[in-house]
Amino acid sequence: MSQYILRRLMIAIPSLLGISLVLFVVLALAPGDPFSELATNPNVPPEVQAALRAKFGLDDPIYLRYLHWLAAMAQGDWGFSFVSRIDVDTLILQRLPTTLYVVGSSQLLALLIAIPVGVYAATRPYSIFDQLANTFAFIGFSLPTFFTGILFILVFSVKLDWLPFVYTEVPGSGIKWALEMIRQAIMPVMVLGLFQAASMTRFVRSAMLDVIRLDYVTTARAKGLGQAKVIVKHVMRNAMIPVVTLVALQVPAVFGGAIVTEQIFRIPGIGSLLISSILANDTPVVMAVTFVFACLVVLFNLIADVLYGWLDPRISFR
Amino acid sequence: MFDKNLRGMIDDVKDGRMDRRGFVKRMIAVGLTAPMANQILAIGGVAMAQSPNPYKPTKRGGGGPLKLLWWQGPTLLNPHFATGTKDQDGSRLFYEPLASWDVDGHLNPILAAEIPSIQNGGLSADAKTVVWKLKPGVKWHDGKPFTADDVVFNWEYASDPATAAVSSGTYSGMTVEKVDDLTIRIKFKDPTPFWANAFVGAYGCIIPKHLFAEYKGSKSREAPNNLKPVGTSPYKFVEFKPGDLIRGEINPDYHMPNRPYFDTVEMKGGGDAVSAARAVIQTGEYDFAWNIQVEDEVLLRLEKGGKGKTLYAVGGDIEFIAINFTDPNTEVDGERSSIKTKHPILSDPAVRKALALLVDRESVKKAIYGRAGRATANYLNGPEEFVSKNTKWEFSIEKASALLEQAGWKAGSDGIREKDGKKLKLLYQTSINGPRQKTQAIVKQACQKAGIDVELKSVVASVFFSSDVANPDTYSKFYADIEMFQIPMTQPDPALHMRRYHSRNVATKENKWQGQNFTRWVNKDFDAAIDAADTEIDPIKRADLYIKCNDLMWQDTVVIPVMHRLAVEACSNTVRPALSGWANQTDNLQDWYRET
Repeated sequence: MSQYILRRLMIAIPSLLGISLVLFVVLALAPGDPFSELATNPNVPPEVQAALRAKFGLDDPIYLRYLHWLAAMAQGDWGFSFVSRIDVDTLILQRLPTTLYVVGSSQLLALLIAIPVGVYAATRPYSIFDQLANTFAFIGFSLPTFFTGILFILVFSVKLDWLPFVYTEVPGSGIKWALEMIRQAIMPVMVLGLFQAASMTRFVRSAMLDVIRLDYVTTARAKGLGQAKVIVKHVMRNAMIPVVTLVALQVPAVFGGAIVTEQIFRIPGIGSLLISSILANDTPVVMAVTFVFACLVVLFNLIADVLYGWLDPRISFR
Repeated sequence: MFDKNLRGMIDDVKDGRMDRRGFVKRMIAVGLTAPMANQILAIGGVAMAQSPNPYKPTKRGGGGPLKLLWWQGPTLLNPHFATGTKDQDGSRLFYEPLASWDVDGHLNPILAAEIPSIQNGGLSADAKTVVWKLKPGVKWHDGKPFTADDVVFNWEYASDPATAAVSSGTYSGMTVEKVDDLTIRIKFKDPTPFWANAFVGAYGCIIPKHLFAEYKGSKSREAPNNLKPVGTSPYKFVEFKPGDLIRGEINPDYHMPNRPYFDTVEMKGGGDAVSAARAVIQTGEYDFAWNIQVEDEVLLRLEKGGKGKTLYAVGGDIEFIAINFTDPNTEVDGERSSIKTKHPILSDPAVRKALALLVDRESVKKAIYGRAGRATANYLNGPEEFVSKNTKWEFSIEKASALLEQAGWKAGSDGIREKDGKKLKLLYQTSINGPRQKTQAIVKQACQKAGIDVELKSVVASVFFSSDVANPDTYSKFYADIEMFQIPMTQPDPALHMRRYHSRNVATKENKWQGQNFTRWVNKDFDAAIDAADTEIDPIKRADLYIKCNDLMWQDTVVIPVMHRLAVEACSNTVRPALSGWANQTDNLQDWYRET
């Protein structure tokens, strides 16, 4: 087991290096300039823009810039934002709690909806409940979040005036503050959570249906076990194996944030940091965010594989 | 009795307890005329050119929170590193310049005790020195006194190339010295009629010497106060999250009486312009939103029965189509659009004049810019004294066709005009931006009717305005026949705005396309007028020279002005901001208040 994990980690190193190289080259080849805003300002002579490019090493050859970046990253230095002139790790750590809170709660909401609904629908396939659940699931994952987000804003903020649509983190404490934090997160969490729940419900339902027809389930029923016990103890445990994998692979997304939804609701998360950095050509930040994301994907793939073996002991590690 | 009251009132105006308009009104009430009232103020020691913003609150604080929404959040808070206006606006919450620009483009003293003038000895007759007197008793947020040393330090800091300050251009060509603790003297290398650039406006914000002295030069980015500003402004720094949020609280020791009105200030970033307008005008979640570049139709819909309205500030920002005078398709010494070439089609003045006739400004205004634009024939649209009245514009497809016909451009079998085997085909580029793409379409349609084939191209803004020497799509390389974008006027003086078309500034491979004259137009009369204006001290003669420059550009159709653009802001119905088209939106933040 430990040997297996060690081997997987060793394999991860070259793949991460490959990923970083591809990311860096693509970003370096993409045209653009973090200082383009200076161009039309008559107060700033063009030499200033050029001097800034030179100072931040933007005119160096790509391989040299990559080696610099790699050497710094190996020492734990994530780089330096051209736009904010501060360290990238500070920027990312500032944004991380918000993303974990909003995207994490939405994933939780998705699970809380998907598992009961999916399981119940699978026990009564083609019943009215199942038909309804299916219809809503289809609607749910057909509607993109930028559409539902704006729809929610129009209904709940503009028409009804119940919820704020600008998310601001004001420090404070007490029940009133906590309620306010929850209130402003309702819309983004719903938008993301319902979207996730829709596809996950379909997934849970089909995983359950695969298992529920197997002979051992009939045997369990024949033994005289109650419906609840059969479903929860015998069917669900086995049906959850692919679901757990899916959830494990979703975890990096929790850290990566939700680009579109964060932008719509002005949530200061990793996703909005990534998109504004891409638009501003702030390569060190883009590089750091995408690379950290790549590391998380590799890591959680490994965790999913390990969990697999734990849930189903027949799978062996070699 | 009357005399005693009058003196009291003059002192009130001087200290800002009463605004100028209020004073004039009261004087009219007792039977004096408005000019006489102004004279009384002038004799009483309140300078004429200063028109303080109207300000009603009679005590400091108590106004609750002021919530600002900037759809691009400030990413840094050091005014000398401020790349975009968003960063300048954010820094301005905590730092102050010696003076700001008011709505008419006049100087309004902030950290200065008075505005330098020839009369008060602040300006020399040769326009080579400026003496600024500083306001006594001003304190930094940490309690340390603000002195001339701080001002001198800012010049040293910004002009050191190793600091990599964006403001370095503002502080070049001069030396700054301390006269005494509250006086500084600026010495210019050359006569500088427009002396109010350094220490004024966005790049004039002053950072404290005692916190930044160790971080001058190459260590500039390590300064801890880059993220925690300590300034002199009405609001003290509380919190900053780059790109997301700035928070400040009232400065109880602020140096202006009864100011500020609000107890806290918050500037939230992110999102887009439409939803920012919505948050202010429709739901009232925020008090003020910046730079609402949204189609007028949408704004009008939001404003119906809303909680806010749009405000317009008139400056000199110009949206225009520039004409390439060189050939973008021929390479000379490894350089396209080389100054050694002539444009095969556009070097014909008739074609340029016809193009100008084909830009339907009225439709562009109606369909796109609405209240945020004014149709104009001038490249230079302000301040008032610099605006030419000799120009006019017209939209007429018939006249354009006739002009082309006369010049020998005859329609070919495909309907496109040609002359000497050259087809009248143009490549028209701009940066990606909704209003610009729509303008392109309107111009293209008119051109087609006149027999000109126009190919449209749009480039992402960060590429279009890049200084990357390797990139072929930048506005300064100009590998197209015509191009359109906006040039803002950052101060109420045309010197920097007009100088770019001097022939010495032509963009070439040799200067890495850093030359600002991207049209590559060369005109001896224009050069002479710019050179003369640069050292002309007489304000009237100087204004005439710039009007002449504008008219030369118009006669030669160097650029086709499309819209004189106004700054558009969304504001709550109760907040009374002090805005100027010549300054950043937060430049007069101390005068903002809420009407209750």
